[in-house]
Amino acid sequence: MAHGAGGKASRRLVEGLFAPLLYPGSQEPLNDAAHLEVGGARIAFTADSFVVKPLRFPGGSIGELAVNGTMNDLAVSGAKGVAMTVTFVLEEGLTASVLEAEVRAMSKALKKAGVVMAGGDTKVVERGKADGMYITTAGIGTPLPDVKVDARSVRPGDKILLSGPIGDHGITILLARGELDFEADLCSDTRSVLPLVEALAAECGPGIRWMRDPTRGGVATALNELARDSGLGIELLEEEIPMHDAVRGACELLGLDPLHIANEGQFLAVVSPEYADIALNALQQTAGGEEARMIGQIQVEPANAVLVTTRYGGSRIVDMLVGDPLPRIC
Amino acid sequence: MQYVDEFRDPELITKASEEIRRLADPKRHYRIMEVCGGHTHAIYRFGLKDILPSNIELIHGPGCPVCVLPMGRIDDGLAIAKAPNTIFAAFGDMMRVPGAHGSPLEHKARGTDVRIVYSPADALELARKYPEKEIIFFAIGFETTAPSTALTLMSAKAEGIHNFSVFCNHVTIVPAIRAILDSPDMRLDGFIGPGHVSTVIGCRPYEWIARNEGKPVVTSGFEPLDLLQSIVMLLRQMQVGEAKVENQYKRVVPWEGNRAALKAMAEVFELRPYFEWRGLGFISQSALRLREKYAAWDAELRYSVPETRVTDPKAAQCGEVLKGVLKPAQCKLFGKECTPEHPIGALMVSSEGSCAAYYNYEYRKSLVTRISSVA
Repeated sequence: MAHGAGGKASRRLVEGLFAPLLYPGSQEPLNDAAHLEVGGARIAFTADSFVVKPLRFPGGSIGELAVNGTMNDLAVSGAKGVAMTVTFVLEEGLTASVLEAEVRAMSKALKKAGVVMAGGDTKVVERGKADGMYITTAGIGTPLPDVKVDARSVRPGDKILLSGPIGDHGITILLARGELDFEADLCSDTRSVLPLVEALAAECGPGIRWMRDPTRGGVATALNELARDSGLGIELLEEEIPMHDAVRGACELLGLDPLHIANEGQFLAVVSPEYADIALNALQQTAGGEEARMIGQIQVEPANAVLVTTRYGGSRIVDMLVGDPLPRIC
Repeated sequence: MQYVDEFRDPELITKASEEIRRLADPKRHYRIMEVCGGHTHAIYRFGLKDILPSNIELIHGPGCPVCVLPMGRIDDGLAIAKAPNTIFAAFGDMMRVPGAHGSPLEHKARGTDVRIVYSPADALELARKYPEKEIIFFAIGFETTAPSTALTLMSAKAEGIHNFSVFCNHVTIVPAIRAILDSPDMRLDGFIGPGHVSTVIGCRPYEWIARNEGKPVVTSGFEPLDLLQSIVMLLRQMQVGEAKVENQYKRVVPWEGNRAALKAMAEVFELRPYFEWRGLGFISQSALRLREKYAAWDAELRYSVPETRVTDPKAAQCGEVLKGVLKPAQCKLFGKECTPEHPIGALMVSSEGSCAAYYNYEYRKSLVTRISSVA
């Protein structure tokens, strides 16, 4: 299971097996979407899959997640989504109304994003498999002008921006499973981040070095990947990381690190220092980006690692997530 | 957030750390043991070592229930869970802890029905929900979690729920502290007393440490300011040559403990003559088992338990680290063969284990040459 949780094991699988065999000799960085030349035109291309239990949760559902997630992978690679395909893997016995609700949710999200559904496929598997439904998608987009996302272009002194409060999605899902005996006023943050990425690109396109949506594995995993890909160190200021009190409280109670919790509507951006204030302002002036913050910076040390510092002077290393976050009780 | 923010206030923390520097005699080296794994985790998570003067050394104690559980107990629990129609329920803490034949998560991948529960009551709820299945709750923890196991068993008995049993690994903290103090290579100046355990047992059970061993004990909370205040209180005692038990965590810990919880424990549990602790060996009267009147819910009596014994690899120096004789990074296996992903020794398995906490939060900080702040 750890290989699917977005942390260390996932990365080992990609770097140790998938990339060398399926994409030998590539010098391209491992981004959320590939940028390719097809018939003389540059396109961005991505694939994603969605496995979530329960299918519906406060603030969203798997159908909406599938559209937003695919578009967000394109957006943080520096591209505007144009079209996508979808494959439903359905569990025998899934009611028509549940399926219809998800298709309607997708349709609404597509309209909002201005994206065309170009095709799809359906498979049905035996009862007891697929948790109701799994969705896989592919998306293509056109690269935004002047934006190049590459971890290797990141330099010491660059600033790290975060688009808004973290952990809402992961904690909402954890609570929606109904296994915990407490409730919180929380919604998943699922949304398209493209408007924010476009605002950033318009104001400081050449200043953008790297972007990533911190989904599974959270901000810590995304930034650890950046640290390793760039060979540099990352310093985060704990107090600057925006977070709702409900997320903070749930994490304190369960012994989880909010930096490891999944998000579905936020993104991280590294910008060169001269663009930092313009970039932050661009995000904060865009609807949905009001809570954006500058949360840290790139440094030479600690190489390949993420260091979180606090206002009271303590610091700690934050690693990638290993497997799924498990609550501590005893 | 109330009860959190005021204990992470930079101004108060700076004041406390200045007080520590004022009280600590620069010619002296202080060795203070934090008994509880929760404290170990907090010390690393909040980076308190960055704040403390270098002559105050924190030694990480045995209070991590997952770390001190012998591997054979995990194998035993998972072996009986292989019976058909059985659900193995345990805390999330246990899920990645390896037995000789894999962790509960690995057993789950191979087909055992393993469920994460957030309390023993949730495991009993599984028994109500699936009357055709047998639920085995793998109970771990010190006096912190033992009362909730006791209350759950009392409910099971009162309601006549018989498809539920407990594989009991509850241990008690005081004999472990005694074992550490009895160890010949141990030199300690004082203790940061357990916080959560003390909410149940109170502060009296530590009085012998002050009286007989002459070491001060301060029961502490888990926020940065709590821990620093506790160190201030310990240093004040040491400065005047005193040794007594004090309670820093008064907002949660009553001096006499929680009578209702203690009563429930006494109703359900009795002391085992001896129990094996990983890294420390056998300690007499250090663990709990179910009383005879709860035999019908005792998994050790209801199933045939293989009683697996697994000795830790000789190269792993967990015992020395657990007693504070070695620092985590001084162990030969640390960071090489033994990592949080592939733990060999006990202290690497739980995030509260001193090796895992050190590895996760501190290890690579040694590479930091300069910490600048964000402009």
